[in-house]
Amino acid sequence: MTTAPATAAPTTTAAGTARAVVTGVGVLAPNGIGAEEYWAATLRGESGIARITRFDPSSYPSRLAGEVTGFSVRDHIPSRLVPQTDRTTQFALAGADWALADAGLNAESLPADERGVVTASASGGFEFGQRELGHLWGKDPKHVSAYMSFAWFYAVNSGQVSIRHDLRGPTGVLVTDQAGGLDAVAQARRRIRKGTPLMLTGGMDASLCPYGLAAQISAGILSESEDPARAYLPFDAAANGHVPGEGGAILALEDADRARERGARIHGAIGGYAATFDPRPGSGRPANLERAVRGALADAGLRPGDIAFVLADGAGEPEPDRVEAQALTAVFGPGGVPVSVPKTMTGRLYSGAAPLDLVTALFALRDGVVPPTVHVEETTGHDLDLVTGAPRPVTGDAALVLARGRGGFNSAMVVRGPSAP
Amino acid sequence: MSAFTTEDLFQIMRECAGEEEAVDLSSAAAEQEFGLLGYDSLALMEAISRVERGYGIALPEETLGEALTPAAFVAVVNAALADRMPAAGAA
Repeated sequence: MTTAPATAAPTTTAAGTARAVVTGVGVLAPNGIGAEEYWAATLRGESGIARITRFDPSSYPSRLAGEVTGFSVRDHIPSRLVPQTDRTTQFALAGADWALADAGLNAESLPADERGVVTASASGGFEFGQRELGHLWGKDPKHVSAYMSFAWFYAVNSGQVSIRHDLRGPTGVLVTDQAGGLDAVAQARRRIRKGTPLMLTGGMDASLCPYGLAAQISAGILSESEDPARAYLPFDAAANGHVPGEGGAILALEDADRARERGARIHGAIGGYAATFDPRPGSGRPANLERAVRGALADAGLRPGDIAFVLADGAGEPEPDRVEAQALTAVFGPGGVPVSVPKTMTGRLYSGAAPLDLVTALFALRDGVVPPTVHVEETTGHDLDLVTGAPRPVTGDAALVLARGRGGFNSAMVVRGPSAP
Repeated sequence: MSAFTTEDLFQIMRECAGEEEAVDLSSAAAEQEFGLLGYDSLALMEAISRVERGYGIALPEETLGEALTPAAFVAVVNAALADRMPAAGAA
């Protein structure tokens, strides 16, 4: 089979004309708990990357992470749910509560089968799994929590959010590493277009425990730098891997007409999306990120010149950085669009990263300013207009968010601002 | 006097499965079904496991399906304790 034309949309969006708008956001990030707190810290260029404090990392080759600090479980999660949830699920439950509150919705505002939840997960409940595997290995099967049956599982965030808010409409989970954060939102958008008025979506990951860190180290792409300002440098000549983080965002997605009817405040809209898959390593064929970018633009009905800025995936490794920069240059021209990687302030949050970037993009369109890629100074070799040093004013009502996952996943999503037509 | 009390059970339930905000685990709760107290079958499995470990007894498999209230659960535990220590039961 031959390569498809570069202009083709590789993934078609489901039938239906309803627009999916974001009416609520809930954020837990290493540099801020709560959406506006995160946004303010991000505009100040505050990084949440530091030496790991949740356990002693001194025997590990990678010792830095973006930890969410100051999250008091007992303040946000019902006591009944604490013993049966991993930290990632506690984040998802809090994020869902905040997204619904931000949207001005409560659980009873719609029939239960008219609201659903689709989240992404990259790792499931690692810390819970580590503890219970410790019980199994160190004691006996009787000491393993009955809740282990689901608390570790990828779908657990969607499941617990569904139970807590009685969401009986479409429900599911996407597991495509970091790209999953966009894939889940795209699936929620499909369900809106097929007639479900309200979907909670997004993603949270939190696996900064010894077991989780060991699994991430085994991938061979974590930075081993001890310096929080030099450890995660996407597109920099000194790029040497990434720093892991925890957290993410949950979004309340609604049918635009329904949202307007009830007088909801609208953060913006999901304008377009496409996903592609890379050829197997060693095939000699090029990566497919460019096709995802073009597909998302086509789905949104926009041209490259309509995009105010791009929030890049920013792997922080030379080859993936080169591929991403080439794709952007091919579509937008050399230095043709402002590009930033705010996740330099949080580390890579896996399934939580792209939903957080969507929130960043919505607020950036709202306020007309793009936060910087912190710590990066030297981008020699890439023809990118990387926003570094300080926030940059922008004008426009559309932005592009990219997310790539290990194993060949490429996803691209166009976000429209609150005033977009 | 029973070796295992309702309060012992409530303490275990709080530890292993938390407590519903709207539910008061007082003596009046002993005759209510676990479902009304906010505890599902997994919470009960967890409680059974903790009682078995803590007291060195094995509870009958039917406990999960048949001990529907805290009072019934406590009775099953005390029967198992009595089986294990017939001398204590006779004293």
